[in-house]
Amino acid sequence: MARFLLKAAAALAISAFAVQAASENSYAQTFQWAFQGDAITMDPHSTTEYTTVGLLANIYEGLVRRDRAMKIEPALAEEWSLESPTVWRFKLRRDVRFHDGSPFTADDVLFSYERSQMDGSDVKPRVQSIAAIRKIGDHEIEIETRQPNPILLSELADWFIVSATWSKANGAEAPADVRKGGENTATHRANGTGPFRLTQRQRDEKTVLAANEDWWDEPAYNIKEAIFSPISNNATRVAALLSGNVDMMYPVPSQDIARIEQMPDFDILQGPESRVVFLSFDSARDELLYSSVKGANPFKDVRVRQAFYHAIDVEAIRSRIMRNGSIPTGTLIAPSVNGYDERFDQRLPFDVDKARALMEEAGYKDGFELTMDCPNDRYVNDEAICQAVAAMLSRINVKVNLQAQTRSLFFQKVLSRDTSFYLHAWATSTNDGHNILYDLLNTPTSQVGTWNLGGYSNPKVDELTTQIGSEMDEARRNELMFEAFDLVRQDYAHIPLHQQTLVWVKKKNVEVHQRPDDRLELRFTRVD
Amino acid sequence: MFQLLLRRIGHSIFVLLAVALMSFLIFQFVGDPVASMVGQETSMEDRQKLRTELGLDRPVIVQFGDFVSRIATGDFGVSYRDGQPVMKLIMERLPATIELAAVAALFALALGIPMGVYCGLHPDGALSRAFQAISLLGVSLPPFVIGILLILLFGVYLRILPTFGRGEVVDLGVWQTGLLTASGIRSLVMPAVTLGLFQMTLIMRLVRAGMIEVLGTDFIKFTRARGLDDRAVYFRHALKNTLVPVITVVGLQIGSLIAFSIIVETVFQWPGLGLLFIRSVQFSDVPVMSAYLLFVGVIFVTINLVVDLLYLAVDPRLRTAASESGS
Repeated sequence: MARFLLKAAAALAISAFAVQAASENSYAQTFQWAFQGDAITMDPHSTTEYTTVGLLANIYEGLVRRDRAMKIEPALAEEWSLESPTVWRFKLRRDVRFHDGSPFTADDVLFSYERSQMDGSDVKPRVQSIAAIRKIGDHEIEIETRQPNPILLSELADWFIVSATWSKANGAEAPADVRKGGENTATHRANGTGPFRLTQRQRDEKTVLAANEDWWDEPAYNIKEAIFSPISNNATRVAALLSGNVDMMYPVPSQDIARIEQMPDFDILQGPESRVVFLSFDSARDELLYSSVKGANPFKDVRVRQAFYHAIDVEAIRSRIMRNGSIPTGTLIAPSVNGYDERFDQRLPFDVDKARALMEEAGYKDGFELTMDCPNDRYVNDEAICQAVAAMLSRINVKVNLQAQTRSLFFQKVLSRDTSFYLHAWATSTNDGHNILYDLLNTPTSQVGTWNLGGYSNPKVDELTTQIGSEMDEARRNELMFEAFDLVRQDYAHIPLHQQTLVWVKKKNVEVHQRPDDRLELRFTRVD
Repeated sequence: MFQLLLRRIGHSIFVLLAVALMSFLIFQFVGDPVASMVGQETSMEDRQKLRTELGLDRPVIVQFGDFVSRIATGDFGVSYRDGQPVMKLIMERLPATIELAAVAALFALALGIPMGVYCGLHPDGALSRAFQAISLLGVSLPPFVIGILLILLFGVYLRILPTFGRGEVVDLGVWQTGLLTASGIRSLVMPAVTLGLFQMTLIMRLVRAGMIEVLGTDFIKFTRARGLDDRAVYFRHALKNTLVPVITVVGLQIGSLIAFSIIVETVFQWPGLGLLFIRSVQFSDVPVMSAYLLFVGVIFVTINLVVDLLYLAVDPRLRTAASESGS
């Protein structure tokens, strides 16, 4: 009996390996990867959600794109020149074809611009600085901006061009609009100019891409086919990798990093993400909504904000909570983002005595009670960080009532400014510091400062933000940016904590490029 | 009989309305769908505009009235996340869940009943004890642990079964099936076993208990006195008499197999309704969540109805009672 079992087991194991070998052989140039969520749609104008944009960037292209070092380089536009501070002229690449074989021309750019401004479009912010796009010839266009726009190219890098003829022929003239109960062909199918074309799309199951043989650029990749599977459960995603079902997956759950690192068949890729995690206060109201202090807002006193800053032991957060998977920072702008300067990247030192002294000076020797808002499923270890912050603040007699909740509830609460003290994180979509100033730091109005949840307001910063928005001289612009971020630092209205790190894992024989915005670009992917 | 049916349908509609109201009220507290619908650069003004256009700024009771009247016309609304009709999303996912539940139920019945009969006939046999031990595991281990253990064994170490997804599916027009391809069937094994294990042990225990009880009754003695052989006694008479509670339980369990396969679907990334529901919770996709809960309500109500009718078929005593009260 035992012998029979042994034989059976051996046979089973051999057949398993045989199956494995066969599948590896026949798919030598298929790359399979998994991520925790799926793209929402295949329509590049329907959403700016980053998973979707990241996947679509393999299929669609913009006028420009980013290279490995995140610098802007030509894509569908071959070259460009600035005719006047508000007029740009772009020469479009000839001999580019969409995946259906139709040629790419200026009409497609004009069509994409119109499409991006329609009701169902979520990419309006990317083209809102543009006043008009004019066709000069079949392969030349002129873009006029409303005011000088120094980051036009950055905004265009993720603005994808769709085919006018294909969209019209397939009833996809407009992006699908949730409000009108719509979806259209472009939701499920795609016709871009990029290095890969969409061959199969089963939403939430798998998306299959095939290499575009007629791509205009010299391919740096060698894969013929790429299969993407969304796997939301962490353990399942790890198992998919270990069992050989996928070649690469991300994000890697932090408890598994050490274990996978010791395995010979896999490589862990770890790099800084451009997202910065920070704490901030309600520094606008005359009385806090959630604190024991009545008739006054302690956070209007810079000494209290400073005391909070001194009380945070960011190293402890890095080593204990983030298991070394974070990079402490002293500013809201990440080093990979344009406008960063290490001169303003300085943290206030961790110093509880100093913090206590400042609290006493400000008249809060005995501290106060405060509610803190925190998401528990949005950032890496978000709730644990908040718990640690609460413990650290208790040493300066501030009693924190932590309200940690799921992201949709958290964002609903803080976006209606219903908070006194919160944890938040920000990553720019343009890779430029102006976006941080504009959305996060400008005094909030119905248009600007949407994510300035604590109502931080410094007129000088607002003024600089406006100037930076239209300063075309790069050196001058960087000076202004430095000035603005340095002012923000001195106000201590935000306590920057750290940059998260991106953790990917791949098989040894696979080569991928890890972008700081957590995007996998198949055009740099090789399987050997 | 007909009256009974009408009465039950009346109950069902009332139950469904209650389910709709409760789910609708609960979902007022799942957060702001608008925040997950737009990009981070969207201004406050545009967010507010979207909210107004979706009717989210109206009082809850008005929204509910609107919801019910739309459902009455068969319109379940549009998913906030996918921008697709909710009914279409549900129908797209339904085959995966139904196939999983059906195979799990088959597995549970095909193993549970024979094991139960065996244990009932040989309460002290060695094999019976082994079955009992297995059933103890099935009852006490939560499905996600069983799922992960199976993945570890058959996926990671032995590498003979796929660890996630549904494999290749064949599109039959209205129904996408994974039962016609090798990879589809291989993908189904682990999720179905995980989902069906608990039901299997339950059925086994029910059948075992029923068999032991029925075998001790007088009418079994009479069947033996009539000179029937073991086979006829055990299967035609004893087993049939233990089936009423089994049918009830299996019926209700099939409902819960479909409705609550959420955990198994999450562990195996099985693209069915459970996964759809989990995702819509994350994105505050209220139309999908409401429709899903309503759908689950419909399933339970229907299954209860079918089970009631099955009783009549199995148990002659109920049949007479029903026709008497009905006439």
